[in-house]
Amino acid sequence: MTDARFATIADIRTALRSRTTSAVELAREHLDRIARSELNSFVTVCEDDALAAAREADKQIAREGQSGLLGVPIAHKDVFCTAGGRTTCASRMLAEFVPPYDATVVTKLRDSGAIMLGKTNMDEFAMGSSNENSYFGPVSNPWDATRVPGGSSGGSAAAVAAGLVPAATATDTGGSIRQPAALCGISGLKPTYGRVSRYGMVAFASSLDQGGPMARTALDLRLLLRHMEGHDPLDSTSADVGPTPREADRVGLRIGIPREYGRDLDARLGATVDEAAAVFEGLGHERVEISLPHTAYATAAYYVVASAEASTNLSRYDGVRYGHRTESPADLDDLYARSRSEGFGAEVKRRILTGTYALSIGYYDAYYRKAQRLRRLVRRDFLDAFAAIDLILTPSTPSTAFEKGALVAPDETKDPTVMYEQDVYTVPASLAGLPALSIPCGIVDCLPVGMQLIAPHFGEDRLLALAESFQRATDWHRRTPAL
Amino acid sequence: MDADLIDKLMRLAALRLEARERELLKDNLVKIVHLIDAMQSADTDGVEPLDHPLDGVQPLRPDRVTEAIDRDRFQQVAPEVRDGLYLVPRVVE
Repeated sequence: MTDARFATIADIRTALRSRTTSAVELAREHLDRIARSELNSFVTVCEDDALAAAREADKQIAREGQSGLLGVPIAHKDVFCTAGGRTTCASRMLAEFVPPYDATVVTKLRDSGAIMLGKTNMDEFAMGSSNENSYFGPVSNPWDATRVPGGSSGGSAAAVAAGLVPAATATDTGGSIRQPAALCGISGLKPTYGRVSRYGMVAFASSLDQGGPMARTALDLRLLLRHMEGHDPLDSTSADVGPTPREADRVGLRIGIPREYGRDLDARLGATVDEAAAVFEGLGHERVEISLPHTAYATAAYYVVASAEASTNLSRYDGVRYGHRTESPADLDDLYARSRSEGFGAEVKRRILTGTYALSIGYYDAYYRKAQRLRRLVRRDFLDAFAAIDLILTPSTPSTAFEKGALVAPDETKDPTVMYEQDVYTVPASLAGLPALSIPCGIVDCLPVGMQLIAPHFGEDRLLALAESFQRATDWHRRTPAL
Repeated sequence: MDADLIDKLMRLAALRLEARERELLKDNLVKIVHLIDAMQSADTDGVEPLDHPLDGVQPLRPDRVTEAIDRDRFQQVAPEVRDGLYLVPRVVE
């Protein structure tokens, strides 16, 4: 029994092919649900453009049949530039910013025929793990509106989980795809660093940022990735590798379980990941205990590298060329300082100042270079492990979705590092640039639990194939919130 | 994390904070520095810093003009422009 609200892209393609629905009808249904939703998962809804694009898609389907993502409604995280359409990064700094160009991901998905319904809410400049750092207000988790959806791609995750769109784009710097996917009970893929172009994706930490898809199934993630990936001459860090292959499923994969990842974990979440490992064993794979000895340093190294890059990237916001500008500045320094201080929220300021500290004279070697050295050791741990195993299985998050306000207070009096620890299982793969995904693997206290799979560089096929086999064997990905 | 260091960081980052915001930020930064100081117990002697997760190098392209700057279009998003110039407060008296 399938609830039409929770149709997968595969279901939607079938319906479009058999003409039991149309792109316009789908767009209207989803736009209607978005309009009635109280999750605050969207910053901007593009009703007119979406319906116009859907009408064109229907003409094309009538002419040539359905292919690719033609007629499939999606949403973009509001970090991807959309020409002529407001792109805010959930910041006051960019609240009125209308980019003069499209992100490559936006262009590619439009070319594939996907219909963009709007732009989703997020933590400001993708900095956060709860979506409470948004200038446009927090997003609610569809499983329990008193709880957070995770972040920073919280709007995309909540929108997919609530059936407002079957899929959405997202970005992941230290876990911003995998953590909200886990907390909202959906599937999310962070590809290998460089697999998906960063052109037109508002920069946070350029050596870590990576765009990727969120959807209901691993099968849909694969389809979305095919229409997002590829070398882009406009992004000098985009990898010049071919498309993700689709190879025959393999049995007898060696799945590494790192012993360092169990600490601080709610035992009930640990049990769901254990059960997932047992499912993989039942599918003919082998469970192998491994060690990633530098894991304990990953969070610290990540916050230094990411903040350092953020402080550099965000220096572009000066109130002169675009973005928020203060009223009646006394002089040039006043223009810069007041525009920035008014435009950025508290967490963004903390990261900028942390990064400024780590990069400043006297601290550069002790912090920034030290973090980069640890980054190499964290990566070496993974590469050494992958010499003997094929994939790594870990929890995605240390807990299920937490209450709004538990880790962030409106008066900013909470310890910010408690939130940083939410990313403990996701930052190591980010530092190493590895592809990783989160898929649902259980329910604890009526809230979804996610597991993370990590593969060697450019091993997305293996990652997705294993996730697909898990989803054929289990139904955790079909669990939906009561709405 | 003393007041002078906070002043220096704010100057370098071109940020200005109210007194209360500044105090909270100082407390926050103390906690953040405590978190990142966990790195110091790791032995990284002889380890080369990692700049790019795949050890990528900057690719070069042919030295040809491929993009024209469309000034009018890009300046549509600027807060204040006149005659194609970005306006800022007077710098030279």
